[in-house]
Amino acid sequence: MAEAQTNIPVGSTTSGSLAVAAESTVATRMSAPPSFDVADFPVPHGREEEWRFTPLARLRGLHDGTAEAGGVLTVRVDAPEGVTVETVDRSDARLGKAGTPVDRVAAQAYSAFEKASVVSVPKETVLTEPIRVSVHGEGGTAYGHQVFELGAFAEAVVVIDHTGDGVLAANVDYVLGDGAKLTVVSVQDWADKAVHVAQHNALVGRDASFKSVVVTFGGDLVRLHPRVSYAGPGGEAELFGLYFTDKGQHQEHRLLVDHNVPHCKSNVAYKGALQGQDAHAVWIGDVLIQAAAEGTDSYEMNRNLVLTDGARVDSVPNLEIETGEIAGAGHASATGRFDDEQLFYLQSRGIPEDEARRLVVRGFFAELVQQIGVDDVEARLLAKIDAELEASV
Amino acid sequence: MATLEIRDLHVSVDVENGTKEILKGVDLTVKQGETHAIMGPNGSGKSTLAYSIAGHPKYTITSGTVTLDGEDVLEMSVDERARAGMFLAMQYPVEVPGVSVSNFLRTSATALRGEAPKLRTWVKEVKSAMEQLQMDPTFAERNVNEGFSGGEKKRHEILQMELMKPKIAILDETDSGLDVDALRQVSDGVNRVRGTGEVGTLLITHYTRILRYIKPDFVHVFSAGRIVESGGPELADQLEAEGYEKYTKGGAAA
Repeated sequence: MAEAQTNIPVGSTTSGSLAVAAESTVATRMSAPPSFDVADFPVPHGREEEWRFTPLARLRGLHDGTAEAGGVLTVRVDAPEGVTVETVDRSDARLGKAGTPVDRVAAQAYSAFEKASVVSVPKETVLTEPIRVSVHGEGGTAYGHQVFELGAFAEAVVVIDHTGDGVLAANVDYVLGDGAKLTVVSVQDWADKAVHVAQHNALVGRDASFKSVVVTFGGDLVRLHPRVSYAGPGGEAELFGLYFTDKGQHQEHRLLVDHNVPHCKSNVAYKGALQGQDAHAVWIGDVLIQAAAEGTDSYEMNRNLVLTDGARVDSVPNLEIETGEIAGAGHASATGRFDDEQLFYLQSRGIPEDEARRLVVRGFFAELVQQIGVDDVEARLLAKIDAELEASV
Repeated sequence: MATLEIRDLHVSVDVENGTKEILKGVDLTVKQGETHAIMGPNGSGKSTLAYSIAGHPKYTITSGTVTLDGEDVLEMSVDERARAGMFLAMQYPVEVPGVSVSNFLRTSATALRGEAPKLRTWVKEVKSAMEQLQMDPTFAERNVNEGFSGGEKKRHEILQMELMKPKIAILDETDSGLDVDALRQVSDGVNRVRGTGEVGTLLITHYTRILRYIKPDFVHVFSAGRIVESGGPELADQLEAEGYEKYTKGGAAA
C-alpha cells in the first residue's frame, strides 16, 4: 500500500529492572491515577496525552461536569434461559470489579449513573444463543454502567447494539471466571449527532478467553477505551475492531492490554476505512507486559484505508515490555490510500469503478469480519459496509 | 469483424523533472482472428503500448488515436474498454487481498455480460476452464493473485481470457518467468481462444520461445517507442538467429 507507515515504537523496552516496573509510561502518560471519583481528575484542556486527539468542544460537557443527566436512553436485554438480568443500584458490590475509570469522562460516568444492569451467566452454563442488548438513545445525556459476569467455564456471546441519538458516557465491565469464554460484539450504529464515550474493562480469569469485537459506524464523536487485564495465568484476549469513519466524524479507539500475570496471550487487530472531509479516526494501542508476565504472547495491529482526500488518521501503537522472558510481542500500524493498481486491475476486467472500490473495501474488512464468529453479525456488517460505500462521495 | 486500429500513438509518462515520451508514433491494425506478435528489447515501450491501450492512469496519450470498430477507445474508462471487448493479460497481475478468485471472476463476468451468469452453468464453465489449465479447484477460494506463484498468476490471467472471450486480447509478456510445462499450458489456453477465430491477439514478448506454441500471423519489431519492422512469422526466426542488435544500434540509440 502506498505511504505505508509501519512500526512506530513509542514505548520503551526494558528487562529485569525493578525500578522500571512502577514507572510504566502507559500509566504515567495519564493526567491522574485511576479513580472512581470524578473529582480526582482535573478538567482536561486538550493537551493531555489522553485527550490530545479528542475535540473536547464536541464532548457536550461530558469532560467538564456541565453535562447533566436527563436524557432518554432505553436499555433492553434479551437473554436466553439460565441468564440472570438485574437492575441494581450504585451500592451493588459487583460493580467496578473489572477495572477503574482512567480518565475524567469514565469517572464522570461512574460518579453519575443511578442504576446499573448486571447480566450473569452461571458457572458451567454454555449458551447456544447470544445475549442481545439494545441501547437506544432518544436525545439528552445519560450515564450508564453495565456488568457482564460469567461464572467458571461458562460460555456466552453478547451482542450490544447502540442506536439512536444522545450523549452517553458509560463503563462496561466484563468479568470472566476461570475457563470462561466470552465474545462481545459492540456495535456503534448511532445517528449522526450522537456522542458516545465509554471504558470497557475486561478481567480475564485463569485459562479464560475473551473476544471483543468493536464496530463503529455512526455518531458525531465516539471514543471507546477497551481495556483488558488478567486475573490468572493462561488467559487469552482477542480485541478486534472495525470502523468506517465518514465526513466530519471523530471515531477514537484506545486500547490497553495489561499483561500483569504470566503466560497469557493477547491479539489486537483494528481496521478502519475513512472517507470525506474531516473524517478523523484515532487508534491508540497500548500493550504493557509487566515484569511478572513471563511467557506473554502479544500482538497488535492497526490498518487504515483512506478512501478520499480530507480524512485524517492518528495511529499510535505503544508496546512496553518489562521482561525479556516472553514468547512474543509485536506491533504494526499502516495507513494507506486506496490502491490505484488494484482499481485498475479490477476495472480492466470490466468491473465499474464504484463496484471495484466496494470489492476492495469489503476485501479489506473481510478477513476481520470472518473472525467474529457470529453469523448474523457478520452478514449485517458486510451489508453495512456496502451501505457506507453506497453513500460515499 | 472487430478491428483495433492504432494510429500515430504518442504516449508520455511523468518523470522526476517533467515528462518523458515513451511511444513515438505507433501504427498497428489488429483484426479479429489475427495474431500479431510484438517483439523488442527491454525498455522499447512494448508494455507501455499494452497499458496505454488498456487505459492505465500512469500513461498520458499526447496524440494519436486508438479505435475499436471505429469507436474511440481513448475516450472510454478502463472498465468500458473491457466491456467493449478489450482484454489485457498483465505481466505483473495485482494482488487484491480479501477478494476470492471465484467472487472476482463472477463479478467480472456479470459486468462483461450485462447480467449475472446462471450459477449452475457458470460453475461448470469455470471448473472446466480451470481443469484445462490444470489449475487446482481450491484455487478459486484463494484471494486474487495473493501468494500466487509466477505460473499461477499467468494461468489465472489466461483463465480470465478464456472466460471473458474478448474481441481483442493483449498478452503482455505472458511467457516471462514460466517453465516449459507452464508455458505449454498457458499457450494451449491462448490457442483455445484463438481457435474460435473470434479474438484478435496482440502478443507482446521479449523471447521467440512462446512463438513455437502460439503461431503468429504477423511479427512486428518494436524499438525506441515505435514499430521499426513488420513481417510474417519468418521475421521471428530472423530475430531468433540475429537478436535485436540490428534494431537497437540504429534507431534506438537516437
